Amino acid sequence: MRQVVIILGCLLFGEAVVHLTGIKMPSSIIGMLLLTLSLKIGWIKLEWVNELSTFLTKNMAFFFVPPGVAIMLYMDLIKSSFWPIIIASTLGTLIVFACTGWTHQLFMRHKNTFKKNKNS
Amino acid sequence: MCMDAILNSEIFILTLTFLAYFTAQNIQQKAKSILLNPVLIAIILIIVVLIVFKIDFTAYHEGSRMIEFLLKPAIVALGVPLYQQLGKIKKQAIPIIVSQLVGCVAGIVSVVLIAKALGAPKEVIFSLAPKSVTTPIAMEVSKTLGGIPPLTASVVILFGILGSIFGYEIMKLTRIKSSISQGISMGTAAHVLGASKSMQISGNFGALSSIGLIVNGILTAILAPYIIDFLGLWMTF
Repeated sequence: MRQVVIILGCLLFGEAVVHLTGIKMPSSIIGMLLLTLSLKIGWIKLEWVNELSTFLTKNMAFFFVPPGVAIMLYMDLIKSSFWPIIIASTLGTLIVFACTGWTHQLFMRHKNTFKKNKNS
Repeated sequence: MCMDAILNSEIFILTLTFLAYFTAQNIQQKAKSILLNPVLIAIILIIVVLIVFKIDFTAYHEGSRMIEFLLKPAIVALGVPLYQQLGKIKKQAIPIIVSQLVGCVAGIVSVVLIAKALGAPKEVIFSLAPKSVTTPIAMEVSKTLGGIPPLTASVVILFGILGSIFGYEIMKLTRIKSSISQGISMGTAAHVLGASKSMQISGNFGALSSIGLIVNGILTAILAPYIIDFLGLWMTF
């Protein structure tokens, strides 16, 4: 039960923050950051939430079956903009792969040369 | 008439959903193909049943709310793996944060501009904006932006599958050689599905990808509304 209370409590905190500040951010992300912070500070012990969080993250894929089915409610909209959706998403995915990989590689190299200079 | 009442009941809809996913998992385990993503199969199975038994899609949506609700606690639960990866993230904070920022901004801007140029309506554009991040986060972001969460979910799942299949080939072609960069990008661009592909290569790769997926998820959730506002200064959606 403690596990459920902690997870739902973090979520509730997130909801409260969103309502009070009007911040444009999903409440669940705020809850996630709160949980990480609480674990880091030591307010919450890992074994208090480990079981439930493993269950939730392992089965996460299942929870988006219902919203996936709801796609049928929007068939007309998808049919009318089928190609924009497909083309934009394909190019977008390629761009994310390339940009992330290149940037990360570039910065790692800088870090390594920096280290080498330090050593010499 | 009586049959209709049963078919539209919450318990039938919940059983159907669990059964479909269970069946889909078994199919995937037997076939061992990443193309047979359990979520995708389960969605197709359910749609077929709904059409065959003439169950209203709105009734299904109402009945399955309970499962959908669990998405939010599941995102909160991602705080645990994030906590466990903190050490790794700190060790290479700059390459990770900079590359995730670039990946996140490039992903949102490119997809929005291309969809806009191709004449997509604004609900569709907003639905596509968070398409690189993991489904539950993407759906929440889509809702915040004014997109259509189910459309976001389908695009995220479909391109997650494609990204996880072709990701390493794409990175070979774009000359991304560092294996750490490859692992992280897999999570950034193809979220959970990319991470599970990396997990098959090695646990270390999987962990790298999960860093990519969580960090990009957080950044997208924080930045997407501002990026959209910013792009809105130059064009009308």
